[in-house]
Amino acid sequence: MQLWLIPLLPLAGAAINGFTGRRTSKTVQTAVAIGSVLLSFLWVVKTLMALMPLEERYVEHYFTWMASGAFSVGVDFAVDRLTAVMLCVVTGIGTLIHIYAAGYMHDEEGYYRFFAYLNLFMFFMLILVLGGNFLLLFVGWEGVGLCSYLLIGFYFLKKSASDAGKKAFIVNRIGDFGFSLAMFLIVVTFGSLDFPTVFAKAQALPVEHSVGIVTIICLLLLVGATGKSAQIPLYVWLPDAMEGPTPVSALIHAATMVTAGVYMCSRSAALFMKAPIAMDTVAFVGLATAVMAATIGLVQNDIKKVYAYSTVSQLGYMFLAVGLGAFSAGIYHVVTHAFFKALLFLGAGSVIHACHHEQDMRHMGGLRSKIPHTFNVLLIAALAIAGFPFMSGWYSKEEILGAAHHHHMWMYWAAWITAGMTAFYVFRSIFLTFFGEYKGHAHPHESPWSMIGPLYVLAALSLVGGYVFNIPHILEPVFKGIVPDGHMEHSLADMILGTSPGIIGIILAYVVYVAKPGMADSIKESFSGIYNVLYNKYFVDELYDATLVHPIERTSRNFLWKIVDAGIIDNGFVHGFSGASMNFGGMLRQLQGGVIRNYAAWTVVGVVCILGALTVMGGGR
Amino acid sequence: MNLLDFLIAAPLVGFLFTLVLPKENKGLIKMFTLVFSLAVFAASLLLIGPALERPSAMTWVTDAPWIASPAIRYHVGMDGVSLWLVLLSTFLTPISILLSWKYIDHRVKEFFAFLLLLEFGLIGVFVALDLFLFYVFWEVCLVPMYFLIGIWGHDRRIYAAVKFFLYTMAGSVLMLVAILYIYGKAGTFDYPAILLMLETGKLAFTHMEETLLFLAFFLAFAIKVPLFPLHTWLPDAHVEAPTAGSVMLAAVMLKMGTYGLLRFCLPMFPVASKENANWIAVLAITGIIYGALVALVQPNMKKLVAYSSVSHLGFVVLGLFSGNQWGLDGAVYVMLAHGISTGALFMLVGFLYERQHSLDIKDYGGVATPAPWLSTVFLVTTLASIGMPLLNNFIGEYLVLQGAAKINIWWAVFAATGVILSACYMLWMYQRTFYGETPESVKHHVHDLGAREWACILPLLALMIWMGVFAQTFLPSIGASNKTILDRTQPTRNELRVALPAAASTEVANHGR
Repeated sequence: MQLWLIPLLPLAGAAINGFTGRRTSKTVQTAVAIGSVLLSFLWVVKTLMALMPLEERYVEHYFTWMASGAFSVGVDFAVDRLTAVMLCVVTGIGTLIHIYAAGYMHDEEGYYRFFAYLNLFMFFMLILVLGGNFLLLFVGWEGVGLCSYLLIGFYFLKKSASDAGKKAFIVNRIGDFGFSLAMFLIVVTFGSLDFPTVFAKAQALPVEHSVGIVTIICLLLLVGATGKSAQIPLYVWLPDAMEGPTPVSALIHAATMVTAGVYMCSRSAALFMKAPIAMDTVAFVGLATAVMAATIGLVQNDIKKVYAYSTVSQLGYMFLAVGLGAFSAGIYHVVTHAFFKALLFLGAGSVIHACHHEQDMRHMGGLRSKIPHTFNVLLIAALAIAGFPFMSGWYSKEEILGAAHHHHMWMYWAAWITAGMTAFYVFRSIFLTFFGEYKGHAHPHESPWSMIGPLYVLAALSLVGGYVFNIPHILEPVFKGIVPDGHMEHSLADMILGTSPGIIGIILAYVVYVAKPGMADSIKESFSGIYNVLYNKYFVDELYDATLVHPIERTSRNFLWKIVDAGIIDNGFVHGFSGASMNFGGMLRQLQGGVIRNYAAWTVVGVVCILGALTVMGGGR
Repeated sequence: MNLLDFLIAAPLVGFLFTLVLPKENKGLIKMFTLVFSLAVFAASLLLIGPALERPSAMTWVTDAPWIASPAIRYHVGMDGVSLWLVLLSTFLTPISILLSWKYIDHRVKEFFAFLLLLEFGLIGVFVALDLFLFYVFWEVCLVPMYFLIGIWGHDRRIYAAVKFFLYTMAGSVLMLVAILYIYGKAGTFDYPAILLMLETGKLAFTHMEETLLFLAFFLAFAIKVPLFPLHTWLPDAHVEAPTAGSVMLAAVMLKMGTYGLLRFCLPMFPVASKENANWIAVLAITGIIYGALVALVQPNMKKLVAYSSVSHLGFVVLGLFSGNQWGLDGAVYVMLAHGISTGALFMLVGFLYERQHSLDIKDYGGVATPAPWLSTVFLVTTLASIGMPLLNNFIGEYLVLQGAAKINIWWAVFAATGVILSACYMLWMYQRTFYGETPESVKHHVHDLGAREWACILPLLALMIWMGVFAQTFLPSIGASNKTILDRTQPTRNELRVALPAAASTEVANHGR
């Protein structure tokens, strides 16, 4: 089936643009960049058609990557339905965003460099979903992190951009630390990293032996997932990641890379299902992240920041689903979220483009008539994420709420309130941007068709994608036998209850930002304490800086380097030792200073000593 | 005289020949040493085929008497581990020569001659199978490096060179005493013979003897590695050394220490190695974290890379004293990978120095704008150094950590923090050096890579990727050699040997037959 072509095509694109980009024209660069991803998408479609119905896992082994003793890891690509879904999302949305980016980045310095990075990202992301073992997944995992670093810091002249890139990389490394420890434990416990072997052995282990170690493995995998998928406590890099160009935010930081954690947990469902404590932790972390990020999203003024926190919050939703054992609902939300969140970001990019790089919504407003196409698509995206009936987001959110309903009622209500907040902040952004009077100084203009075109495709997907792609049904063979039959009947009342927060949120936002424009300010004033905490994102960045970053740096410099290394070890021991030898040597040198009188004196002393000794021992007779 | 003997002798001949070249003709000297070392490298490639046929045993063996009394033999040979380390030496020597083409402008003849002498010593160290011969090569390496730092170094070069020399001497003298002690008991310096005697019980150390001998060898090697807290000579040596000196020092010379641990300490003193593994692993892990933290706050690029070496070499020692196949294979792989990527880092820092005449990070910034290729190459090297998968260091560090985790999961937990910290110090340095607005002085002085510089760095880049993707080129032979070493340290046999007095164990062995 030549699965290797799927990631290799974008890699070739990256290499061509990276090596020759300084000498080729933009047309060539664009053709290479978009062409390679489009071909990859077509190859995915062709492969999947050929593999239908794909109820069994299909594997291709290329070569052994590393082997040591009994341990061996191969470069194996595998496709099952879960991977198939991810492949379609990654290459499909990826192609659309590449087309959009060609318009968006057209006048930017380093156009070829941007596309080289973006293609490289596609390569690693495809490795991530195709990898047939944990280590290959980890290769993609680290690789997408690298590309994220490069693309966030794309405008490297700006310190804030390179800072954000570095932060993303390092925070992700902390997550990867957990992931690698999980892999070590998996190898030590199961003797392999191949998915089928590990999962089969995990299934076969008797519960009393497995529960402890598998729980630890799953919790460590979760640490990895919190890094990549921006969950508490490692979500802090994602909002800063908005320093990158907007297509990057859409592709990497909304639609694909950040959902890798959800994919990884779903892939490891066989392990997670054996570790109820880990499952509860996943659900709890996801829910807490969903609530917390939504509250922050309520008060941000930068349009991209709103959507960034929205992404964090929605990812939390997906983790909630995973933690409840509703893996297919989580992946369902991955897919629909890819549609509408990519659209939100790209639409926001169109707005920003129109307003000449203005991102503050307080300097927008009234754009509905000036950029009508952008308005249309953004409205669809907003309805989809708010869970408006029969839009894509509605389906997946219903599934997740349904799962929560079956487990813990308090989780259901927390998720319910989050859904309301989501609808509120998204429509707040729509109303602030498109309604009322225009408050900026630029002359807003509609974006070119290369940008609007992909937006309409995404809008169509956001509209009907949830209905057309019935992900839980598609994924049934993947989770069969691992997850107890997850299908739940929703009553009409449940459905109405589940739909209501979205509607309420939209209405509330309308009241506060359109009907009674003064209301937002008066609310802000009466709750200024809470507002400040939310506006400053709970001061988590400041907390991390004060408790971790600065102490580590200060201890390293003032204690480890200057005191331990230079002071104690080098000056104390090394120079102390050499000083002592010098002193000792200096003393000995006195014996042989070249002065005859001293030699004579020492000779006398020596003779006296010897004679004295002989006398004492009685040998001088 | 087989190919290996020829390869050992060749650099020495080259060294002597260079000395008689006219010293005014600098071009001739450079060209001669370059072509000569390239020829040596090409010849060394021919070692690979036969050595890979049976990497678990020694190939290319020559065993001839050298000195009659005391019985010192010229006994050399290579297994899968030696092979790659020899190739690393012969590969990096011509690159170091090319690297110094413009940088060295006084005492040209001596400089390039010393590089060849260094190559002679290094090859010898990695193939010597006679303890005394090993000691001779070990000391031979010291001399050229001492002069490379002391004559062509920066401002505090004398201090650094003396410190380097004395530090290493202090350890190697103890090793010499240990070697002589073993000779006293075994009546030979011949290493395979000694191992055979140990195996058959003809030679047996008391517990006290084994511990003391182990410690004497260990100290000599640990200083060379360098293992925390014996590392303070390294930053000084690196900062003061000329670029080629730093490259050879970091890439190959440090590996003499870890190679010694693997080749001599583990097989000769298996019980002591096992008994002392705990505190050594703790020191190694301390070094990993400590080196990384101190690297984080270094204002000087070379010092930063030097401390990062302390951190990376901590992984090697940790792997070696995990005492299992994964740990050993990973350790050897890190030795090779670190040689390539840290060699490249010192090289690139040297390129920057030749442009801006400063090693302080604060004198740079925005280099990416005037020198995009240099920045790209530096980035790839940085990523290799911080263990990005598909680049060379990842394989080794992964296996080391996995091996450590098998023994004690907490070792892996603490050591793996080094992987996080490596991203911190390297990316921070990269950001401060390459990103941001370009100051006037940088704009004025820094230009992109030239053809000669490309020729130096490109082979290293290619190897970083090759070693990261096609690890199986190297791992099977490394693994086979390590298995031979590990088989000697099998706990069952050792316990037997310790439990029974020497005579009794001989009897047991005889009865067995």
